[in-house]
Amino acid sequence: MKNKLFAVWVSLLAAFAAHAVAVDEKPLEDPALEAQARALMKEIRCLQCQNQSIEDSNADIARDLRALIRERIALGDSPENVKSYLVDRYGDWVLLKPPVKSSTYFLWGSPFFVVLIIAFLLVRRKQSQSVAAPLSADEEARLQELLEREQ
Amino acid sequence: MSRFVPLIVVAALVALFLGMMLSDRNPNEIDSVLIGREAPEFSLASLDDASPALTQADLSTGKPVLVNFFASWCVPCRAEHENLMRLAGDYRVEVIGIAYKNEKDQAIGFLNELGNPFSKTGLDLDGRVGIDWGVSGVPETFLIDGDGIVRYRHWGPIVGDSLETRLLPELEALR
Repeated sequence: MKNKLFAVWVSLLAAFAAHAVAVDEKPLEDPALEAQARALMKEIRCLQCQNQSIEDSNADIARDLRALIRERIALGDSPENVKSYLVDRYGDWVLLKPPVKSSTYFLWGSPFFVVLIIAFLLVRRKQSQSVAAPLSADEEARLQELLEREQ
Repeated sequence: MSRFVPLIVVAALVALFLGMMLSDRNPNEIDSVLIGREAPEFSLASLDDASPALTQADLSTGKPVLVNFFASWCVPCRAEHENLMRLAGDYRVEVIGIAYKNEKDQAIGFLNELGNPFSKTGLDLDGRVGIDWGVSGVPETFLIDGDGIVRYRHWGPIVGDSLETRLLPELEALR
């Protein structure tokens, strides 16, 4: 019971927290531009809280970056341009989803790499476990012969 | 042979974790993209009314310069202030201070209280210059060489042994 109540509280608080950001800020007048700005904010990492996007962070720097994004989008800058403006200052790190390029091939490839290793190990294991095929009639006869000779 | 595989894996993991634990890498610290680049353009009013505005031209003086982003509301800035005083005094480095998102009076009050290590100051009230420098919070300190190229960024306060082990070697390399 207690646990359930706690879960309810946590989810309520989370709901409020998610809302808090939108309340203290003025969205752009044009809903289409605001949607563009919001979509971009979701892709930008908060520099203080790191695993949050600036869209749902309350950190000061996140608020500043949101204001900056709205300002530039309102001026008619494309989201791609605003993104590269931020990457120019904070590096690829500011993007929650790292771009695929030569320095990130390992990062993007590592899950497939792990799957390949596991598949390889599984196949090898299966092979080493396989039971030897039963003797053929010829082999059987030869074995008999050898055994008899021993005696 | 294959019975040693688990042992080898465990030993490798232990080595990895120990290595990560013992290195003083801070996962919060992100490499600055400014390193090796010219300091960004800016122009900021000085805290001192009599002085001209601070611009990037003030950074290429032919000698290494430190640019410190600080604020009176920032507690770690207080902690590192003594080291900034030492850098300006004992080590004779020019230190330039940029008050980040700080009211002018409060920034001046902070320097009056703790001492002023800065040869020049700028007031970045809305934090936009900070964004151009890739600052994620205060304090951050940038080492600029004589040609105005950023050579090193010290993330967070210069406290503990980080002055001796990190900032000073970078500074000496430029001298």
